[in-house]
Parts: sequence; structure tokens; C-alpha cells
Amino acid sequence: MENPERLQRIKKRIEGVSAMDRRNFFKASLAGSAALAAGAASCPAAARESHTISPDALGLLYDSTLCIGCKACVAACKESNEMPPEFQANTEQPYWDMPLDISGKTLTVIKVYRHGTMDKKDEEQNGYAFIKKSCMHCVDPSCVSACPVSAMNKDPKTGVVSYSKEACIGCRYCVAACPFGVPRFTYDQTFPQISKCQLCKHRWKDGKYSACAEVCPTGATLYGKVTDLKQEAARRRALKPGSQTSFPRGQLGGPDQSYPGVVAKYVDHLYGEKEFGGTQMVMLSGVPFDKLGYLDLPPRSDAVVTETLQHTLYSGLVMPLVFLGVLGYAAKRNLKQYEEEKGGSHD
Amino acid sequence: MTEHAHHAHAPAPLGGKLITPVTLCLGALTLAAAVVGVIRFIFGLGAVTNLNDGYPFGLWIVYDVVIGSAFACGGYTMALLVYIFNKGEYHPLVRPALLASVFGYTLAAVSVIFDLGRYWNAWHIFWPGYSNVNSVLFEVATCISLYIMVMWIEFSPAFLDKIAVGFLKKIVPDIKRIVAKLMFLFIALGVLLPSMHQSSLGSMLIIFGNQLHPLWQSGFMLPLEFLLTAVLLGFAVVVFEATLVSMGFKRPRETDLLARLAKFMWGLLLVYLVLRIGELVLRGALPHAFQATLEAFWFWVEMLCFIVPLIMLAKPASRNNAGKLFGAAVLLMLGGFMLRINGFLVGYETGDGWHYFPSLSEFIVTVGLIAFEVLAYIILVKLLPVLPALKPASR
Repeated sequence: MENPERLQRIKKRIEGVSAMDRRNFFKASLAGSAALAAGAASCPAAARESHTISPDALGLLYDSTLCIGCKACVAACKESNEMPPEFQANTEQPYWDMPLDISGKTLTVIKVYRHGTMDKKDEEQNGYAFIKKSCMHCVDPSCVSACPVSAMNKDPKTGVVSYSKEACIGCRYCVAACPFGVPRFTYDQTFPQISKCQLCKHRWKDGKYSACAEVCPTGATLYGKVTDLKQEAARRRALKPGSQTSFPRGQLGGPDQSYPGVVAKYVDHLYGEKEFGGTQMVMLSGVPFDKLGYLDLPPRSDAVVTETLQHTLYSGLVMPLVFLGVLGYAAKRNLKQYEEEKGGSHD
Repeated sequence: MTEHAHHAHAPAPLGGKLITPVTLCLGALTLAAAVVGVIRFIFGLGAVTNLNDGYPFGLWIVYDVVIGSAFACGGYTMALLVYIFNKGEYHPLVRPALLASVFGYTLAAVSVIFDLGRYWNAWHIFWPGYSNVNSVLFEVATCISLYIMVMWIEFSPAFLDKIAVGFLKKIVPDIKRIVAKLMFLFIALGVLLPSMHQSSLGSMLIIFGNQLHPLWQSGFMLPLEFLLTAVLLGFAVVVFEATLVSMGFKRPRETDLLARLAKFMWGLLLVYLVLRIGELVLRGALPHAFQATLEAFWFWVEMLCFIVPLIMLAKPASRNNAGKLFGAAVLLMLGGFMLRINGFLVGYETGDGWHYFPSLSEFIVTVGLIAFEVLAYIILVKLLPVLPALKPASR
């Protein structure tokens, strides 16, 4: 049983202590808040600007209306990147490479949109259309911002988003962060890695460019400088549907491989021009992009939002250090007080 | 029964048998996890997990790390209360909470190795040239690692005597003196670092953008929501553990102390709910909660786990009821669990056609890690001075 007098004494002491400390703590918090505010104010340009596209940025223009779905690009991509085939056991042709989506083994695929009777190409109603899936090479990529070990990098000149297996820790935050679902992971390997299109930058040293564009028979996938590709897209969009024009193939600005063709009816949208702060693969289509699996995305990359927050809180470690100072002061004072009460050292 | 005064009873080892049916069961569960671990490291993540490119984060990241570290916030919350807000009366709760925290966090860090595909590169996170300071995950990993070190240093006076051998025994008093002298710094770091990484675990969701359901994608509010619930979970876990410890080791209940603790918990819970619901209303996301979707269902499960304890503990009298207090603490832990499960898994969708539910092997590893944590806690409170000694009279 407790001695009531003792309880009373203890209670008084607690009250006395907390009353005093509320005052002191209030003072300390005020000082701390002022310091924090000063710290926050002195952080220069915490808000992170959206990255802008490099004038020498390289990329692809994919024109869904020109694509015939031959998947030569898929095969060429596999070959140039030395990727293994993917078999579909439950089909009539279980011995062929038949990837259904990009994956740890496949960097690009052509998918098909189907509706109703599928009579007409590039029509939303009772039609069909092809669509390419591969890395968009964002101007302000989420994967680069998310990666804790700089295994994802964006080249300042070419803008190619590349991956370093040597740096990667396999955390897969890039896989989760990418709004296009592009980086993929080889879960089935003992020593796994991320797989993603790197625009065939490994072929540049041989004077070659992206294999998918090189083999495309119709110029549906076209390689070149993004400024040139956007100009070409604008030219096509300005033409009258049904009229004759010339379509370049392979590399825009490379050897002339153009051929005459008929202009299709485009939806009024160059996908990748504005989406998510812009991408270096841009696309034209006759069918709305949300039908093709390319969703409506905000004009700003989520990397901007995230890094604005991080830079505001942690720029120069000013705020954490000020906070640490306030905490250290409070802890030191309170520890001293406990020790005095205890008449000994801290446990 | 229990006194407030931290100077009344210094911590002392509990003693007793180490091999009991309970510890044997926990040992068996730990062993099962180790077996799965061996398979994972030989055949890869795909051999034992249901992870896929639509759900690259699974149970091991979301439970073992995100939730596990939040459940280990007892030490953080108690340090905040006792050393920063100067509530000395809660001092007896600090050490047991710190022990649970140091284990929870250390195991969270160990379990990351299970999950990292290229674990042998893990050191890159801290290596200049590799480190990406723009990455939220960099900040989380760095702060968690530093915090684990700080906690082991804080805790070192309790175990240095036991492990020192030979000439090391001579320098133990010196180490203890240095640690005691710098204790204020370790305590300050022990509050700063969890504040940073527990909030950042919420910031990790910002980059998911539209892939995260509007009921959870609250942008700049995410870090605050995760921080507040982490502190809240710290309170809840202390109540939970203190109740279980008094039951399991047949010690007197600390209801009086816990009831007063519950007052802070209740106030903080109110603040959290006002912010959480207010943010949803202001952003116009609340209507999503009234649609017939799976997300809305799990949202309400999450919200009820926070709202019910608010009602349960509204009256001061109910905070003195050990059963109610324990029930409220369990619900709050569930609420914090659901917020994190919802944010990282239920509310996350990267496109059609992806599904994820943890495999049996994933559960075995998670359960095994928890079992190991409980096992270590039981063994260590029996061997080391962690829990406050009881007066012979009250035995």
C-alpha cells in the first residue's frame, strides 16, 4: 500500500515540475520555431523547377497509323539487346518468342486495340489500332528521382534514361514509381536486374541507332532528334487526311529511305508533348490514347512534387540541424534535472 | 500499484528459465523463415514471392519495413515524451520501449536484405557517387540506419557489462561514462531521425502520383499523416507491450501510468483525424469514400480503427479500464497498419491486370521475423536490466 502523504508529495512535485517546464518548454519551442522559420526562409529556391528538354535530346516518333503490327521491332530489339525469348505455352505456337507485354525479358512490344467487328484500321468504333510500348525517356523521369543509388540516369545531352546494373540494389522503387510501368525486374533470377529500353545507346559506337526504328518497314517507329521528330509530327498533323505525302523511315536526318503514302486521320494529340513534363518518345494515333493504354497524365512530373518537398525540408540540412539543436537543448536540460532529482547518474 | 517515480526502481533482469514451450514455438517459426530465406537467396525472389512488375513492393517491404518500423516507434514516442516534453513520470516505460524499438528497427533493416534483389550492392546507398540525395528512399534508408546505431548506443549501458570480455571489461566504465555524457545528443538524434524517416515513408508515396488512389494520394500531407500515426503507434505499442509484459511475466499492471499516457494518445488521435478528414474534404476526395469500391471498403476499415478508439477513450474513466485501453491500443495499431497497407498496396494500381496477394512463403518469413523479435525480447528482459525491478513487498 502507498503512503498517502508520499503520493501527495509526488503529485505536487509532478505538477510543480510540469508547470515550470511548460513555461520553459514554451520558450524553447518559440526559439526553435523562429529558428526553423529562418532556416526555411534562407533555403534558396527550395521549389524544384521542372527539368527542360535538352536541345540535342534523342528519341522516337511512333505513328500508330503507319504501324502494320509486323513486330519486326520486337525481334530486332531482342537481338540487339541480347534478351531471351518469351514463350506462351498455351498457344498454338509455343516455340516462338511471343511476349505479351514488356518484361524483364522484353524491352518493347506492339500491342493491338480491338473493337467490335475490327473492320477498319485506326478507327475507334469497329476498328483496330497498333501501339508500341517501351520506355518514354521522360524529360523529368520519376525513376531517376526515386532511385536511391543513381542506378537510373538521364544523360544531360541526349536525354536517354539509362540503367546501371553495377549500381542497382534491386529495390524496385523505379518500377513502382514509373507512371508508364516501364522499368521491369527479373524476379526469376538469382542475381536479378532491371530491364528497360535505353534507346540502343550501346549501338552508337558502331554508327547505328535504335534497332526498332532501323528495321521498321513503314517508318512507324522513327529515330531522331526530338525537335526534328516533333516537327515531322506537326507536318503530318497539318496535312489533309487522305492526301498523299512522303513518310521518312529509319533515322530522321539520316539516309533518305522515304516512301509515298496516304495521310491518316489523326486524333488531335501528340502524346508525350506535354504529358508528365514531356517525354522523348512521342506518339501519333488515329484512336484516342486512353484506348491504347496511354493514360491521361498531369503536365508535371511527380518527381517535381517529391523533390520540392525534399529540398524544402532538407536543403543544406538546415532544418534538421536546427531541430536537432532544439531537441538537444531540451534533452540536456531535462536529463540534468532528472539526475539532480535522482542524485545519481542517468541509468 | 505502480509508482510514477523513475528513481524508485532501477531496471533489473527478470531471470527465469530461457527454454519454455513459448520460446520453443517462437524458435521453430524463426527456423521456418530461415529455410524460406535460403530458398530465396538460391533461386531468387520469384521462387518464393508473388511479387510482380505491377506490385514490385510486397509484404516484406510494406509489413516488415514500413509497418514494422512504425510499430517500433515506442522508443521514439517515449523519448519524445520523457526527455523532450519532460514527463519524467513515464521513465519506467522508456527502457522496455527502447528494447522493442531497437529490435523492431534492426529486424526491419535485416529483412530489407531479403527483399533487395541486388543486396550485395546495398552499401551503395551510403556511398558518395552512388547516393542520390533527391531520392526519398535514400533519406529513409540513411535515417533508419543512423537511428539503429543511435539506439544501440543508447541501449549499450544495459548490455555492455554482459558482453565485454578480457581487457574490454576495463574500458566498459569509460564507454559508459562517455555515453552518459553524450546521452543528450543521442536522445536528440533518437527523436530527430525517426521524425525524418517516419514522415518520409509517407513521402515515398508522392511519386506514385495518379497510380495511388485519391483516398491516399494527399501529396504534401502524406509525410505529416505518416509522422502523426507513427507517434500514435508509439503510444499504442507501449500500452500493448506493457499490458502483455505484465500479463506474460505476471507483473503488476501499470494501468495508472498507461491511463495518463492514453490522454496524450487521445489528443494526438483527435488532431490526426481532423487533419486526415479535413484534407480529404478540402481536396474533394471524400466522395471516393462513398463509392462501391474495394478501396472505399478498406478506407473505412482504416478509418474505423482510428475513430472507434477516439470514442472508446473519450471519457477519462475508460482510460483507467485496462481492457478498454488495451482494445483501443490494438485498434490503433490496426489503423496504422491499414493506412500503410492501403497506401502501398490496396490504393496502388499501375495498370489493369496486375494482382498481388502475399504467398505462403512471404507470410512465413514475416511471421518468422516477428517470432524472432518476440523471442529476443523475452530472452533479453530475462538476462538484461530492462524492466523496472519490483519491490519485494509487492511480490
